[in-house]
Amino acid sequence: MKPLAHRPAEKLPSPSDWTFELINDYHDVIRRTAERYSLDTYPNQLEIISAEQMMDAYSSVGMPVNYRHWSYGKEFIATQQNYKRGQMGLAYEIVINSDPCIAYLMEENTMAMQALVIAHASYGHNSFFKGNYLFRMWTDASSIIDYLVYAKNFVAECEERHGVDAVEELLDSCHALMNHGVDRYRRPSKLSLAQERLRQVEREQHAQQQINDLWRTLPRRPESDAEETAQARRFPEEPQENLLYFIEKNAPLLEPWQREIVRIVRKIAQYFYPQRQTQVMNEGWATFWHHRLLNTMYDDGYLSDGMMIEWLKSHTNVVAQPPMQNLNPYALGFAMYTDIKRICEHPDEEDRLWFPDIAGSDWEKTLDHAMRNFKDESFIGQFLSPRMMREFRLFSILDDEALAEYEISAIHDEAGYQHVRQALSRQYDLSTREPNIQVWSVNLRGDRSLTLRHTQHLNRPLHDNAIEVLKHVARLWGFAVHLESVNDRGDTTRRWEVPAPAH
Amino acid sequence: MSLQQIIDRRLSGKNKSVGNRERFLRRHKEQIREAVRRAVDGRGIRDIERGEEVHIPKKDLSEPVFGHGDGGVREVVRPGNAEHVKGDRLPKPKGGQGQGGGSSASDSGEGDDDFVFHLTKEEFMQVFFDDLALPNMERNQLAETPEWKSHRAGFTSDGTPNNLHVVRSMRGALGRRIALATGKRRQLEELEQQLAELRGQDQNNHEVQRLVLETEAHIELLRERIAGIPFLDPIDLRFRNRVKVPVPTSRAVMFCLMDVSGSMDESRKDLAKRFFILLYLFLTRHYDKIDVVFIRHHTQAQEVDEENFFHATETGGTVVSSALVLMEQIIRERYPSNEWNIYGAQASDGDNWHHDSGRCRELLAEQLLPLCRYFAYVQVAEAEQNLWEEYTKLADEAKHFAMRKAVEPAQIYPVFRDLFKKEGQSA
Repeated sequence: MKPLAHRPAEKLPSPSDWTFELINDYHDVIRRTAERYSLDTYPNQLEIISAEQMMDAYSSVGMPVNYRHWSYGKEFIATQQNYKRGQMGLAYEIVINSDPCIAYLMEENTMAMQALVIAHASYGHNSFFKGNYLFRMWTDASSIIDYLVYAKNFVAECEERHGVDAVEELLDSCHALMNHGVDRYRRPSKLSLAQERLRQVEREQHAQQQINDLWRTLPRRPESDAEETAQARRFPEEPQENLLYFIEKNAPLLEPWQREIVRIVRKIAQYFYPQRQTQVMNEGWATFWHHRLLNTMYDDGYLSDGMMIEWLKSHTNVVAQPPMQNLNPYALGFAMYTDIKRICEHPDEEDRLWFPDIAGSDWEKTLDHAMRNFKDESFIGQFLSPRMMREFRLFSILDDEALAEYEISAIHDEAGYQHVRQALSRQYDLSTREPNIQVWSVNLRGDRSLTLRHTQHLNRPLHDNAIEVLKHVARLWGFAVHLESVNDRGDTTRRWEVPAPAH
Repeated sequence: MSLQQIIDRRLSGKNKSVGNRERFLRRHKEQIREAVRRAVDGRGIRDIERGEEVHIPKKDLSEPVFGHGDGGVREVVRPGNAEHVKGDRLPKPKGGQGQGGGSSASDSGEGDDDFVFHLTKEEFMQVFFDDLALPNMERNQLAETPEWKSHRAGFTSDGTPNNLHVVRSMRGALGRRIALATGKRRQLEELEQQLAELRGQDQNNHEVQRLVLETEAHIELLRERIAGIPFLDPIDLRFRNRVKVPVPTSRAVMFCLMDVSGSMDESRKDLAKRFFILLYLFLTRHYDKIDVVFIRHHTQAQEVDEENFFHATETGGTVVSSALVLMEQIIRERYPSNEWNIYGAQASDGDNWHHDSGRCRELLAEQLLPLCRYFAYVQVAEAEQNLWEEYTKLADEAKHFAMRKAVEPAQIYPVFRDLFKKEGQSA
């Protein structure tokens, strides 16, 4: 950490109401403090919004612009009602992974809360967005807002041209598959908006041509036909994990504009994919840094006692962890980063045994490394220390369908540390949280039906509403759709089928 | 200084979600219409113009995604272990539903509760009108107050010359002149006194002469200053202010006449109610004060309150004229036609004691119609009986009498067509 240039002559004023000047002053100090810790961030843009606008942002998945859809309306109504009845407070902040990084400050917040939000969002989350490998690989902060504007206009245009109903049905179906519309392993190429627009036209023409080729109905010359059958062409050659991508490229009946909308939903799903995998890390990082920055500012003589007590109260609420409940990602993440810092600075015997690499190292570098190169699953697998497990009193419960009772499989003791850590790491693994469903095959010669395959993990079956989702798949595919669920031994345990929708 | 920026967005982009809300309402039109229908049924005629809570079953709102169901093997890590050690066994809760670990907990946590939201007054009326198949023009007329009256509303500091209020303006000017001059006058008085004293002293003394001249100059200056205060300044001007306020003309009384004999079942009463509501809504746009009189009848007529009017059932025969007689009587006693605009609305299933129908026509033609601005009859059954026939004769003669058969809500509106058209042209 770089040294403080000079101590301030007096503390920053601490009225409860904020003003633009005050926000500016506080932001200035927070920025300088963050620079001393070498936090690398996108430029910041703070926007003051009203409670109602916060609800707006809330209900359109936190983005400042988005296409119109009834589900966002539903979300808005629900949020508004809960808020009006006082059943929930609004989030203090929303931060957008964009360049510049946009953070919303709500008008109702007190000055102390605004300072907390700036430290949390504009330096914590912001540096995470910029540093973490998943975000670097999967999202393009500089173009997301432009892309959303493009998406909104495109959807609105389609509504005008093809009717609100047609677009709504399509979006419903796409949303149903949103979680299965991401590339998990392949990295997409980044594109600027201008290129995107240009390529949209080309893509339409090209894609349609490809599909026409796949579904060619003209009689072929006999010799090539024979050759073809011999090969018994399998399509797709390998199972595909990205259902939306597969549909966008191969669904026989979709119009070009429909393919573009599928693509839009897919792109947005991809944008949010890293966020779903880094809840603990991301929130923990932001919480750790608001705590660190504001405390440093207090030590440097910038913050008054009243200010400290106010934000500490919020902080305490945020990291509260009621026993036996689901783990609070803020609490777990905050505790883990704090613990890593402790291991670096004051390691004990146990730490040296468990973390020989980092015990006694420079905490800033170690934390930075931890933030950049992991996701929740691997972060917990790597850094959850025995001390943390004892403090949280973590234990794992095994629920096996075959057994009549739950079994406590491990607790926070010498024999259980490894097991609990592994179990918790798996719990945050998206691929075990979400069912593994892939495109298995397409019947090219017959009824053009599409077959999806669910590969069971630990024999966990699909939820009953699978059939509802399958109807959406059939709507997109245009022909019959089958889904088979296959267990560990490779036996198909259950099948679903939806006939071709009426054309 | 730095790259940081603070932007105030509070004034821009409010109600971004309106488009989303619209789509939401569109999607759930059926449930919303059902809710409105029920609300119309349960509400009094007078408070029809409110919003309404709409309940939509959660399952209709679900957005399905692939997820894990119960079963198989799962392992969940929880915090806060106080008593368990490895190998402990705990009973599973009955009913199969496990504690639900990780992400599936939020799904199973939701019950079958309805999604409840509030329909605004405007949205409610929109749906109500939709049901009645009300054409747009009338819809607008009902939704807005058509007439405006200019009304005094104090004074303003700007306006057109013809609104200048002279007395007010002068009063203001006077006040301003006093306020501006008081200090100077006091000073002037002191100086004059001083001058008088100086005059009384030795006039040959140079010092005194100089002082006299000086004081005189000072006095002169002050006089000029006082004279310089404008008599009337633009800021003194006051203009009469007039604002436009929506003004319904005056007062009206609406008579609701309904047959409550055994043959009027709930759905027929509901139709009748919509018919009355529509007339009531129309009247609220045009009149300040509206009285509603409910008269129900079987063989005898009776004035009752709204609750009894819609929800009590009587049995027995039907003598329609009894209600008309009672109406006439009430008008005579309480609502002199030179002070009140009288509207009549009658609903019946057309069933009447056959000797009575002719008398009804006479009563209407000779006594009631001359008193009424408008009289509308709606028959909530298909069969044409003698009352319908008699009224048909009447409809040919009297202009402000309208009649219609309605077996579903959309058929009610045409009864009012003439009424709306007439008012539409005059407004």
